[in-house]
Amino acid sequence: MQAVLEHSPPAGATVQTAKRTGFLLLSPSVLILLVWSIVPLVMTLWYSLQNYNLVDPTLHGFAGIDNYWYLLTDPDFLHALLNTLVLVAGVLVISIGGGTLLAVLYDQEFFGRGIARIMVISPFFIMPTVSALLWKNLMLHPIYGVYSAMMRAVGLTPIDWLARFPLMTVMMIVAWEWLPFAVLILLTAVQSLDGEQREAARMDGAGPIARFRYIILPHLGRAISVVVMIETIYLLTIFAEISVTTAGGPGVASTNLPYLIYSRALLQFDVGGASAGGVVAIVIANIVAIFLVRAVARNLEA
Amino acid sequence: MALKTKTSTRIGVTILGWGIALWLFFPIFWMILTSFKSEVQAISTPPKLFFMPTLSSYTEVFERANYWHFALNTVIVSVGATAVAIALAVPAAYSMAFMPSKRTRGTLLWMLSTRMLPPVGVLVPIYILARNTHLLDTCTGLAIVDMLTNLPIIVWMLYTFFREVPAPILEAGRMDGATRWQETTMVLLPLALPGIASTALLSLILCWNEAFWSLNLTSSHAAPLTAFIASFSSPEGLFFGKLSAASTLAVAPILVFGWISQKQLVRGLTFGAVK
Repeated sequence: MQAVLEHSPPAGATVQTAKRTGFLLLSPSVLILLVWSIVPLVMTLWYSLQNYNLVDPTLHGFAGIDNYWYLLTDPDFLHALLNTLVLVAGVLVISIGGGTLLAVLYDQEFFGRGIARIMVISPFFIMPTVSALLWKNLMLHPIYGVYSAMMRAVGLTPIDWLARFPLMTVMMIVAWEWLPFAVLILLTAVQSLDGEQREAARMDGAGPIARFRYIILPHLGRAISVVVMIETIYLLTIFAEISVTTAGGPGVASTNLPYLIYSRALLQFDVGGASAGGVVAIVIANIVAIFLVRAVARNLEA
Repeated sequence: MALKTKTSTRIGVTILGWGIALWLFFPIFWMILTSFKSEVQAISTPPKLFFMPTLSSYTEVFERANYWHFALNTVIVSVGATAVAIALAVPAAYSMAFMPSKRTRGTLLWMLSTRMLPPVGVLVPIYILARNTHLLDTCTGLAIVDMLTNLPIIVWMLYTFFREVPAPILEAGRMDGATRWQETTMVLLPLALPGIASTALLSLILCWNEAFWSLNLTSSHAAPLTAFIASFSSPEGLFFGKLSAASTLAVAPILVFGWISQKQLVRGLTFGAVK
């Protein structure tokens, strides 16, 4: 899979200097990340225990766990939490599953493969605000959208996707952005597979499904880890797509945790409540991270 | 390889490959097409594929908003954040790859875990800190935040690239009496350059498209293209022509950049993170 090459540190008297150099080189990054991760966190924790509303200055002082209590007993919160997890899981399944199949497809030789690949990868370069606007208006608009026109052309009644199936539609839009990334990484991994090995399996009479199951899939482990890792980081914080398409609605049908906190903080000016939401979001992200890091770390370290 | 493949299979693969590619690319194609329509053509039902192209949407977008102002902000923020992040990450990744200690693995995982903090969790404090330090609505402020959010991923990618540089090559250099500095600049950096380049490319793309901090930390002065496009969203909902023209303008630079550099991006990733 990967040549394990240990870089032995220089021996003897230089070990001490090497250690110091290593520390000096590493410390700038570690220091600023330490500040970046701790200062805002402490501030969030502090605000979350305060009564702090920007439009109501009479309301101030220590709130204790009130903000948390309001949040955790709010049915919207549970809904948003669930939506967050559904979005992450759904997009991961689509992009890993679809990405693997497409990687195998675009590994085959066919006419114009290079151009087709570039077309498949393109959505990854589109900024979230644009892709959300594109899908909302040009593609899925119930009257003027292309998809609606197609449905009418075959005699169906167009569906107002974002009103009828808000969460699913947001998921599809996000998947459209991240599937190409998975294809990019997984295709690279498939191509690095030894051609002779595949040919040998074919000679031995292994069918395409057996080749996929026993040769290609095991080879993709590390690439899949990379995709899961990077995508989860971004999927936990989906914001622009929701803000542009549904603004979290109807009701809270497509509100995820980031959007709920945003609406508390910047639309209702409830700094205390938003901070409590922030702390909860951080706790949840850490729970996900623990599972993820544990599952993925082995593959990353290789 | 192709010799034994049946012709019918090859035709099937070709049709499937092109079909999926066209389907996934269609929204982008349609956006570009619509940007050359007049507003009336843009919302005609059924949608028109053939029409007299016009630049009227573009003219109006340029009249209404200062595109270059937003584009320049995006370039400054993306390039600035990427440059600083790479400058900080190269020594860190070097240290982890070549001078590993007991804590290296833990440090790396901790770095990645800082990236998993949802930005919204620290939105309020960052907003207040930025306001108090007068960094709100400045390119510097946004670039600092973008740099910090991407730094862990950059360190990690560079680390995997550095680790794949074969040790015997470095050792050969050392045998020949090269100092660590010479070894680094003359042997390691040329070998790791594709990796550094593709890491920088990924960082540029992520910064260019970053929406959360861009929308929340800037208003007018430092607003990048993500904000430019958001300003066309609600009131312009039904002006598909202008919307498409503005969108095309916002994504065109990075899309073309991505097409040109995708080989490099893939090559870099093959060398490092994926193998």
